[in-house]
Amino acid sequence: MITVSLTINKKEYTCEIDPQTTLLELLREHLGLTGTKRGCEIGECGACTVIMDGLTVNSCLVPAFQADGSDITTIEGIASNGKLHPVQEAFLEYDAVHCGFCTPGMVLSAVNLLDNNPQPSQEDIRRALAGNLCRCTGYQQIFDAVQAASKKMKSKR
Amino acid sequence: MNQQFEYINPQSLDEAVKLAGQGSVYAGGTDLLGLMKNDIAHPQRLVNLKALPELKAVERQKGKGLRLGALVTLNELAENEMLQKDFPAISQAAGSAASPQLRNVGTLGGNLCQRPRCWYFRGDFDCLRKGGATCFAMDGENKYHCVVGGDGCYIVHPSDMAVALLALEAKLEIYGPGGQRLLPISHFYVLPEDDPTVETVLQPGEIITSVIVPEQPVGSRSVFVKFRERSAWDFAVVSVAAALQVQNGAISGGKIALGGVAPVPWLDKKLNNTLAGTALDENGINKIAASALTDAEPLEQNGYKVILARNMIKGVLQSLAG
Ligand SMILES: Cc1cc2nc3c(=O)[nH]c(=O)nc-3n(C[C@H](O)[C@H](O)[C@H](O)COP(=O)(O)OP(=O)(O)OC[C@H]3O[C@@H](n4cnc5c(N)ncnc54)[C@H](O)[C@@H]3O)c2cc1C
Ligand code: SF4
Ligand code: FES
Ligand code: FES
Repeated sequence: MITVSLTINKKEYTCEIDPQTTLLELLREHLGLTGTKRGCEIGECGACTVIMDGLTVNSCLVPAFQADGSDITTIEGIASNGKLHPVQEAFLEYDAVHCGFCTPGMVLSAVNLLDNNPQPSQEDIRRALAGNLCRCTGYQQIFDAVQAASKKMKSKR
Repeated sequence: MNQQFEYINPQSLDEAVKLAGQGSVYAGGTDLLGLMKNDIAHPQRLVNLKALPELKAVERQKGKGLRLGALVTLNELAENEMLQKDFPAISQAAGSAASPQLRNVGTLGGNLCQRPRCWYFRGDFDCLRKGGATCFAMDGENKYHCVVGGDGCYIVHPSDMAVALLALEAKLEIYGPGGQRLLPISHFYVLPEDDPTVETVLQPGEIITSVIVPEQPVGSRSVFVKFRERSAWDFAVVSVAAALQVQNGAISGGKIALGGVAPVPWLDKKLNNTLAGTALDENGINKIAASALTDAEPLEQNGYKVILARNMIKGVLQSLAG
């Protein structure tokens, strides 16, 4: 057993776990944060995307020991005080959620993009979401939603 | 993960080398964990390089060129403005590899040492590279396999970084139980005819500490282009890296390296011998492209790669001429 301490969605956790545990397993199975999805488990689909120390990562390929001391944001930490994030609102408005399996990862990649680049071009959006596969939407609604969210966030600033 | 292993965070390079001899070096883990999950790698011990800051630097020394720490991430290479300006092939290769999430974690050293993507190798097949008796790709699904240099095993080396660094004539600084050695990247990869079960000459306990890229002569230009089936997040079907010097409209020196065509990042001899002295006009460009992969022996499904590579070389040379 090893001890891992980390901050998840601004809350601190200390966990006793097997060294084999991935961050994805820690989130879903030990902490019940099942918003982060388990897809391919080998870095191909992006369903397990979380933000770790300001960067998007595939939590299925991050052993929990590597996340020791880090600051993690999952989909559960995106809305604040019960109010959806503009990206989440835009996903609903633009019909960017079909089956929803890719959505948590997509939203995290999109939020991370807008945090770093508030006025992205279509090309920037495509590049930033390239590691998140969606089998339903054909992507265009998702790209449109992210663009709309960036405009909305700008007008609020 | 189902596998049992211990993991260690060595605090010095010497400690890491000592421990790595009986385990696997762990950098970003994006390839190693995939291999463990697919039951291809079974390390008893993971030696995490995370606590070694000396492996994370990007430095440029006058006259000596560039030193890239092995733990620098692909994303850091892609976003580095100095590289974008003076060594574009490096930032272009890094920026086109894998996905944003993988580039945030995957490192330069890990990218150079990643294992092949042949689907039989990654799948449940006991093929030659895994110690079995036969290659399943030779008479199987071989659309993405090599057209040259295959002998018993027909993988292509998956690293984009290696192709760019080969064109730039980089060297690898390797530290191990026997001390330090400096190896040209052109000597780092192993062809199947020499040993079909490994891809590199790294010995147990050896760690790549940094990559040294020589300062390019004045008037040099470098570029990396990659053809893939999906326009983002995909391995190269074929890639071309060029680092060339051009004087008075003709090539005066430099190299072109190819990816996706051979089991190792490929320096085609005839192609590279045709470069120096050839004018960058239509005739010259056609002559250079036609000299590439003349010794190719494609498998049943991958003859297209020869034509693709030649056309990509033309495109690269036109962009350098224009
Ligand atoms: C879905 C997917 C798509 C991908 N697409 C591409 C692509 O288009 N182009 C491309 O080039 N790559 C691609 N990759 C590969 C990816 O770039 C590599 O997995 C990554 O760069 C490996 O770096 P790492 O630090 O995570 O390595 P690790 O997984 O930590 O290590 C990989 C191997 O290298 C060894 N190693 C690591 N560092 C060192 C060192 N310093 N010295 C000695 N040995 C070392 C490890 O022991 C291990 O055997 C893709 C991977 C995935 C999963
Ligand atoms: S090409 Fe190499 S890795 Fe692939 S099946 Fe043949 S021997 Fe195995
Ligand atoms: S579950 Fe992690 S990338 Fe697919
Ligand atoms: S909405 Fe179904 S996978 Fe994207």
